[in-house]
Amino acid sequence: MADVSRWDWEIGTKAIPFDAWKADFAWVEEPYVSPDGERIAAVVNLDDAQFSVCVNGRAWEGVFDKAWYLRFSHDGRLSALVSEDGEWTVAVDGETWPERYGYVWNTLFSADGARVAVAAQQDMAYAMVLDGVMWENRFANMTHFAISPDGRHTAATVQVKETGEADIARFQAGCYSVAVDGDAWDSVFTNVWNLAFSPDGAHLAAEVRQGLYDYTIAVDGRPWERCFSSVWQPVFHPVSGAVIAPVRLEGQWTVAADGAPIWPRRFVQVWHQQVSPDGQRLAAIVSPRYGYWTLAVDGVPWRTTVNEMVMDLRFSPDGRRLAAAAKHDGRWTLLVDDRLWSQRFDQIRPPVFSPDGRLVAAVVETEGRFGLVVDDRRLPQSYEALWQPVFSPDGTRVLVRGIEKGTYRRQVLAVDQLLA
Amino acid sequence: MAQPAKSEAKQIVDNGIEKGAAGLTEDRIQAVINRVIKGESGARLKVYVDTCVHCGLCSEACHYYLSHDKDPRYSPVAKVKQTLWEMIRRKGRVSVDFMRRAAEIVHTECNLCKRCAMYCPFGIDIAYLMMVVRRIVHLLGMTPQYIQDTAHSHAAVSNQMWVKPDEWPDTLQWQEEEARGEIPTLRIPLEKEGADIMYSVIGPEPKFQAQLIYQAAVIMDVAGVNWTMPATAGWDNSDMAMFTGDNEVMGRIKREHYETAARLRVRRIVMGECGHAFRSVYDVGNRWLGWRIPPIPIIHAIEFYHELLTAGKIRVAKKFKTPVTIHDPCNVVRGGGLHRMARDLAHALCEEVVEMYPNCEHNYCCCAGGGVINCGPPWKNKRIEGNRVKADQLADAKIRGAKVLIAPCHNCHSGLEDINHAYELGLDIKFFGDIIYEVMEKPEA
Repeated sequence: MADVSRWDWEIGTKAIPFDAWKADFAWVEEPYVSPDGERIAAVVNLDDAQFSVCVNGRAWEGVFDKAWYLRFSHDGRLSALVSEDGEWTVAVDGETWPERYGYVWNTLFSADGARVAVAAQQDMAYAMVLDGVMWENRFANMTHFAISPDGRHTAATVQVKETGEADIARFQAGCYSVAVDGDAWDSVFTNVWNLAFSPDGAHLAAEVRQGLYDYTIAVDGRPWERCFSSVWQPVFHPVSGAVIAPVRLEGQWTVAADGAPIWPRRFVQVWHQQVSPDGQRLAAIVSPRYGYWTLAVDGVPWRTTVNEMVMDLRFSPDGRRLAAAAKHDGRWTLLVDDRLWSQRFDQIRPPVFSPDGRLVAAVVETEGRFGLVVDDRRLPQSYEALWQPVFSPDGTRVLVRGIEKGTYRRQVLAVDQLLA
Repeated sequence: MAQPAKSEAKQIVDNGIEKGAAGLTEDRIQAVINRVIKGESGARLKVYVDTCVHCGLCSEACHYYLSHDKDPRYSPVAKVKQTLWEMIRRKGRVSVDFMRRAAEIVHTECNLCKRCAMYCPFGIDIAYLMMVVRRIVHLLGMTPQYIQDTAHSHAAVSNQMWVKPDEWPDTLQWQEEEARGEIPTLRIPLEKEGADIMYSVIGPEPKFQAQLIYQAAVIMDVAGVNWTMPATAGWDNSDMAMFTGDNEVMGRIKREHYETAARLRVRRIVMGECGHAFRSVYDVGNRWLGWRIPPIPIIHAIEFYHELLTAGKIRVAKKFKTPVTIHDPCNVVRGGGLHRMARDLAHALCEEVVEMYPNCEHNYCCCAGGGVINCGPPWKNKRIEGNRVKADQLADAKIRGAKVLIAPCHNCHSGLEDINHAYELGLDIKFFGDIIYEVMEKPEA
């Protein structure tokens, strides 16, 4: 991950007039902000079919037929998917990869942001590309793309057997597998979905369907012995290495590890399971009764439920606290440690814990205006646009990145003063 | 019921049904039927089965029954009698041939249109009972070939037309480029987090009907809508797995659709002019996952266009001159109650609206819905013959002046095109989007 301690944590504000760019270009698309808040960028149109990327008011030198999917990596490098003369490539901080492809999409970054991968199509064959290097093997189709946390490996669901039009027997017999760094597993499946690398990148697990009815998890190509009527995306336990996935049994959901159910309780739904950073707790978004949603920790659902949706489950860094976005009666709020915040919003972004887990913050939206809420207290300032807050490593300051009155502001605020 | 006419059934061979039938045993059939009836179907099934008094009042509701000169075999209650009741009566012990015929009935002689539910004195939802049988057919591997292939497409690439992951954003960018010939600043914003609206469509649009995306983009642009489309899977709101009884794949693709919208932090989803997808997103698919109501609000294009016109965000430059009639799609009208809104829209856009009868919630199905058209070429003629009453209904509207048929549903469009052609009706079939695009005020290029 990016070294947050090296960012500028001095209390103060840096301003960049964003709306002023509009005078320099035919149009300016929606902005993106670097994790450290130092740069704001947008795809800009110069003229008919002439696009570039503008960063802090200065456009990249390159001009492209098209540019899209502007994304900052975790360490702040800025990538875009760009097209020149009908061919596509990736531009990183203004430099395009020398290689050209029929199409590229779905940019992925390693955890430290140093490595960039995309899915690519060349001559109607598919492969992943890592830092400009394409897999040697190409496939007839490719979905569900993944990069290992260390960025050394890429993977995808790949079609390894041809199938004729409406050849349902051949499809059901299995035409899909997983390729890691271009090498397909020996095993084939009817379907493969949602891949997950182990933290060290040495193993890969995926949802698979064998035939029309038997769902299970395959790890490095080997399916669990036990099948279920459905499964959802697996995760690796960061300490034990066990593979953990929601599984459906007799019409209800629970969680299994390495093929065996580990939660005795059954739910209407279980998904987005996550192991705490210390490996001590397993939490998931669950529906304990039809139409109601909450979190469950180690198989025990919280008492507080909402009636529409729960998403964005987040552990505090020490693993002791949990929060998630929750929607009840059409309005969003935060569900924190089995209690709902008192305020309701039109929209809410994923919760952010301070490094010590003491505070939890979230960007909220009400009637088109954005604000920051910390521990259920809304800060007075509102914005036209607002990005995720970042706490300083010692938790005493918070970086706020927002646009107001057409000007982007990078603000470092003292947490104590905010809450005073 | 009137006296039945005599008709002879034509033998149609479907590779999907036959593939499943091969090697099937009565033991396996019995196990699957009992598993579904006892394990997956609860009070709803029991109430329906116990309540029906076999009165046959549902018969007159069914376009198959009416189109086959009131042949009682096509009566909705007869379809239950020939399938589910017999399965229950025999405790699941039915033959392979019985299942072969059951698969044909539930997939090619019922559109799940629910017109019969309105004619039943008790409101029994026979479409649900047909869906239970389709689930059994799925678990026996006897689903007709072409709709099974569509369900495979949903499972493999998360859309119903085998659109590959790069083809989707590439098509959107192509349409954006095309539309810039008309409006130079137009955008189809991809992956724009925080947009007000995620616009979702069904697989045939990027595959065969990309001009519909073009038109939608022009409408969005002129109306000044803050919108986006995902560049990832989850863009397709359609769901043939719902109609094959593959509930697990149905749930998978519905989850992907809603979680894509949630990831993009949109306030709501606007879906294109599709009927069956509406049923899947607001009723069947979401509920299988445990979402009692859609977790992100979703509205059909009829509601959206109505909203844009009412709010003055799009204005009619000159009304559509040719007389139109309106086909009420089952899922958005009987299922969604949008018939009044559709008429408001038609009258706002067109100079002359000729009603067809019966209309609104009593309208006849197009005979394509419920996955029937997706059963493909082997069943096409049967489908067309099974909806002669629709041809009569359309011909009547034509005699009274209608020249254009508005059908705000993709399956209806395809089914009505077949009816239109086979019965030589000579109607021009359009979506609301086609008409709006044609009559709306647009900036000069």
